[in-house]
Amino acid sequence: MLTIDQATYDAIVAHAKRDHPDEACGIVAGPEGSDRPERLVEMINAAGSPTFYEFDSTDLFQLYKEMDERDEEPVVVYHSHTATEAYPSRTDIGLASEPNAHYVLVSTREHGNNEGPVEFRSYRIVDGEVTEEPVTVVASL
Amino acid sequence: MAIEVRIPTILRTYTGGEKAVSADGANLSALIDDLEANHVGIKDRLIDNGDLRRFVNVYINDEDVRFIGGLEAELKDGDAVVILPAVAGGAR
Repeated sequence: MLTIDQATYDAIVAHAKRDHPDEACGIVAGPEGSDRPERLVEMINAAGSPTFYEFDSTDLFQLYKEMDERDEEPVVVYHSHTATEAYPSRTDIGLASEPNAHYVLVSTREHGNNEGPVEFRSYRIVDGEVTEEPVTVVASL
Repeated sequence: MAIEVRIPTILRTYTGGEKAVSADGANLSALIDDLEANHVGIKDRLIDNGDLRRFVNVYINDEDVRFIGGLEAELKDGDAVVILPAVAGGAR
């Protein structure tokens, strides 16, 4: 199960809506082994695409260096789908490389940049196996 | 000669769980061969058809090797190598 605080949840949704129709992406870091998504880091989608996302390689390096220095790991890896459901695509599954992370998918297909509900779902992706998990939003962690 | 190589979580199955290992090589290609000698199977996760896999990033002293010669990028004693899988995907 993914437990996430309301402010972080809202910020991920806002990021997805803001970048629509391109895919938005980022992570929520937390202390290693804690499973607590504490520190949201919005990343730039270097692909700048409505159907693909990729962290810029230099940004990726800086991000991991910073997490390393702070004894953090990516607890959540999130991105948006802008025309399809919030379910990992074959590409998402093939490229998933953080077996300990919660992969969060947000779909903005219904309301785009506008107000309105989004699909917000979370998965574990390990060795090509996708397992959906419940999301619990709490006032604070 | 010793070069520290930082191993990402997903490849630690090849290093017995170690986050960093030591390896040798005058360039990245030789370093990867040396890694393979001690951690069988890791090379295939890094190289495809003789080139670095598209969604694997390797850095030498903070520089993406794609900008400094790729597999031919030179290494010397004390260099730090970091391997990071790309964070990528999408609806396509």
